[in-house]
Amino acid sequence: MMNTLLTRIQQGHRTIDYPVPSSALPDRFRGLPNIDAAKCPEDCRACATACPTQAITIDEQGIELDLGKCLFCTDCMEACPEDAIHYTGDHRLAVREREDLLMRGQVLEKASALEEKTRRLFGRSLKLRQVSAGGCNGCEQDVNVLSTIVFDLGRFGIQFVASPRHADGLLITGPVTANMKLALEKTYAAIPPPKVVIAMGACAISGGIYRGHSEVENGVDDLLAVDLYIPGCPPHPLTTLDGLLRLIGRLEEKESSSLA
Amino acid sequence: MAAGLSISNGVSVPIRQVPDLALDEFRQWVIGETKTGARLVALYGQPADDGDIRLLAVLARDDQAMLLLASTRVGQSYPALTPDCVQAHWFEREIAEQWNVSPQGHPWLKPIRFHAPYGAAGAGSRDIVPGQTDFFRVAGEDIHEVAVGPVHAGVIEPGHFRFQCHGEQVLHLEISLGYQHRGVESALVGGPDKRTIHYLETAVGDTSIGHTMAYCQALESLTKCQVPPRALALRGIALELERLANHVGDLGALAGDVAYLPTASYCGRLRGDFLNMSALICGNRMGRGLVRPGGSGFDIDDALIEQLQQRLDTASTDLTSAVNLLWDSSSVLSRFEDTGKISASLCTELGLVGPAARACGFGRDVRVDFPAGVYCLAPIPVSTADSGDVFARAYVRWLEAQRSIEFIRMQLQTLPQGSVRAAMNGIASDMLVVTLVEGWRGEVCHVATTDSQGLFAHYKIIDPSFHNWMGLALAMRDEQISNFPLCNKSFNLSYCGHDL
Repeated sequence: MMNTLLTRIQQGHRTIDYPVPSSALPDRFRGLPNIDAAKCPEDCRACATACPTQAITIDEQGIELDLGKCLFCTDCMEACPEDAIHYTGDHRLAVREREDLLMRGQVLEKASALEEKTRRLFGRSLKLRQVSAGGCNGCEQDVNVLSTIVFDLGRFGIQFVASPRHADGLLITGPVTANMKLALEKTYAAIPPPKVVIAMGACAISGGIYRGHSEVENGVDDLLAVDLYIPGCPPHPLTTLDGLLRLIGRLEEKESSSLA
Repeated sequence: MAAGLSISNGVSVPIRQVPDLALDEFRQWVIGETKTGARLVALYGQPADDGDIRLLAVLARDDQAMLLLASTRVGQSYPALTPDCVQAHWFEREIAEQWNVSPQGHPWLKPIRFHAPYGAAGAGSRDIVPGQTDFFRVAGEDIHEVAVGPVHAGVIEPGHFRFQCHGEQVLHLEISLGYQHRGVESALVGGPDKRTIHYLETAVGDTSIGHTMAYCQALESLTKCQVPPRALALRGIALELERLANHVGDLGALAGDVAYLPTASYCGRLRGDFLNMSALICGNRMGRGLVRPGGSGFDIDDALIEQLQQRLDTASTDLTSAVNLLWDSSSVLSRFEDTGKISASLCTELGLVGPAARACGFGRDVRVDFPAGVYCLAPIPVSTADSGDVFARAYVRWLEAQRSIEFIRMQLQTLPQGSVRAAMNGIASDMLVVTLVEGWRGEVCHVATTDSQGLFAHYKIIDPSFHNWMGLALAMRDEQISNFPLCNKSFNLSYCGHDL
C-alpha cells in the first residue's frame, strides 16, 4: 500500500496543457509543409515525380500539394534540387472541407466549429465511435493515446464509446477496405442523428498509399459526408486533438495563446 | 530424406539453387524436419513460369542457426501437410485461398482473408463476404454462442470472434480475419519503386521499423550494399524503441484489463515517452522515414544523443516503479497466473514465435538465433519464462523492456562514427532472399524473389501474428469468457499484419 502511494507521488502530474507550448513537439516533427514555389526551376517536376502518393501536381498555375494524400515523408524534400520544400513545426492541420487541403501557397483554412445547432449539442459532450477500416494501427494507436493521462481527452468532454448507439459520430481510419465497407456503413447507420464523421489520416481521406487498390475504397469521401479531415500518416495526437477541439468550438477563443 | 538448401538470414541465393523436389519428397522433408525440431518459418505459393504453383518452404533449425529452403510444384490439388504437420495449418489455408490450390485432407480449410484468388484463378469467382464461412459449432443443452466483431468495443482493428460457450466457460474460440486486407503483397510485385518503402512502413503500422528493416535487409543483400555501421546501430536503437513502446503499452493495457489502474495510467503515458524518443530521431512517433535502403534516413548529433540518454534514464526509472507495482500486487498476480495457458508442447506444435513462445520457456529470438546488422556485434540476452500463461507473457515483456533499455544505452555510448547511408547498386536478377527480424511481436519474415529484370517477381511477408493467432484461440479453451480481453492483450496480435 505504502509503495503504491510512493509510486503515485514519484510518477507526478503528467497531463499537458492545451494549447501546447511549441516545445511539446520534437524539433524534427514534420508539420504543415511549405513549398517555396519561387525557387522552382522551370519545367522541374522532381518533387511530383518522387511523391509516392501523387500528392504533388504541377500545372500552368503552379504547384499544388494535396495534404489529404501527403504521407509527410521526406521523399519530395530529398528530390528537390533547390531546397524549396520544408516542413514547418505547425501541427494544426485539420480542416472542414476536402478542398481546403489542396495547398497552393495559401494559408491553411483551419477547421471551423460545427454549425450552431450541432455545436450546442456536441460542444461540451462529444461521444465518438472509432472504426478502423483497413487502418495499419498507426492512426489507431495515436487515437488511443488521446485517452491517456497525457492528453486526457475526457477533460474536453470528448470520449470514445463502445456502442454506435451511444455515439454522436464516427472517427474513421484506414482506406476503407472492401471487406470493412458493410461494417462501416452499418456502424454509421446505428448512430442516432445528428452525427458527425471524421476522416483521420491519409488513408481515410484519400486512400493514402493504398489509393487505387481494388481491395479498398480510396477513403471515406465516396461513402459518407465528412465533417472533419485530419491529415497525416499518422497524424500526431496533438493534430487530432486540435482538430477535435476546433470542431466543437473549444479552441477559437484560446487561439491567441497558442503556438506562435 | 531429401535435403533443403541451407541459407543464412539476409544472404541472397540464385533461385536455381533452390531444390525443386518431387511433391512426395517435399512432403517427407517438411514433415520429417518439423517432427525433429525444425520450425516452419514460411510456406507459400508463387506462380511458376508454366502456370503451375510452386510451393516454397523455409524451415528454421533455431538451435543450429540454420535456415533450410526447398520447393515443389503443385497442380490444382495436393495431399495436405497439415494432418502430419500442424504448423502448416494456417499456411495451407492461405495457399488455398490465394492460388485456388486444394490441400486435400486439410481438416480446417476455410478462408483466412476473404478475397478472390489471385491471377487467372480469381476470374469469375463468386462474391465473397467476409466472415461468412462454416464456423465450428458446439451443440447441446446450455450451449450458447457469442459473436464479437468485426467492430469491437475499443479503438482497435477489426476481426470476428466466435465463442462456443457452456455458461461462462469457453469450449472453443474461432477467429475469422480478413477485414483489413489491402492487397499489400500484390502491390509489391514488380517493385521496388517509390511506393514500396511506404507499403512496408504501413503494412503493420505499429511495427514500421521491424518490417522496413526486413525489407531493407533483403534489398541490401540483393544489391550487395554495405550498410555503414552507424546506420546499423541507429536501426537497432529504433527497433528496440519500437519494442519498448509496445511492450510498455501492453503492460499498461494488461493492468487495465484487470482493473489495476495505477500501472495502466503510468504505462499509458510511458509508452508515449518511448514513441516520442523515436520522433526525436526521425520526427515521427512510429519511426516513419528512419529505416531506408542503404542505411538510415536520419543521423543524430551529440546533443541529440545526450537528450535521448536523459529521456531514457528518466523513463527507465518511472517504468521500473510503474511495472513493479504489478508484481507486488496479489490481486494482479492472481488474475495473470494460470490464465490463458499454452503448454510447451502446444507451442511447438503450433510454431508460436516471439514473447508468446518465450513465455513457454523457448529461447527463440531472431536477434540471437539468426542475428543480422548490429545484433551480430552486440548480442542481446534472450528473456524467457516458463509458465506459458498471461503472467509469463507479461513478465517476458518486462524482462525484454529492461534489456532493450540497456541495449539502447550501450549503443548510444558506443555509436560508430561515419555516414549513415550507402548508395544502392542495381538489383541482382533471379535471386531469392529470406530476411528475419525480431519485431516486438516476434519473428518478422520476408521472402523476396527477383525476376530476370531484377524486379520483385514475388514478395512474401509473414508477420509474427500469422503464426500466433491460433495460439490465442487455443489459449482460450476452457477459460472463462470474461478472461478473453486479458488473454487477447497478452498476445496483442496484429490484424493488418495478418490480413496484409
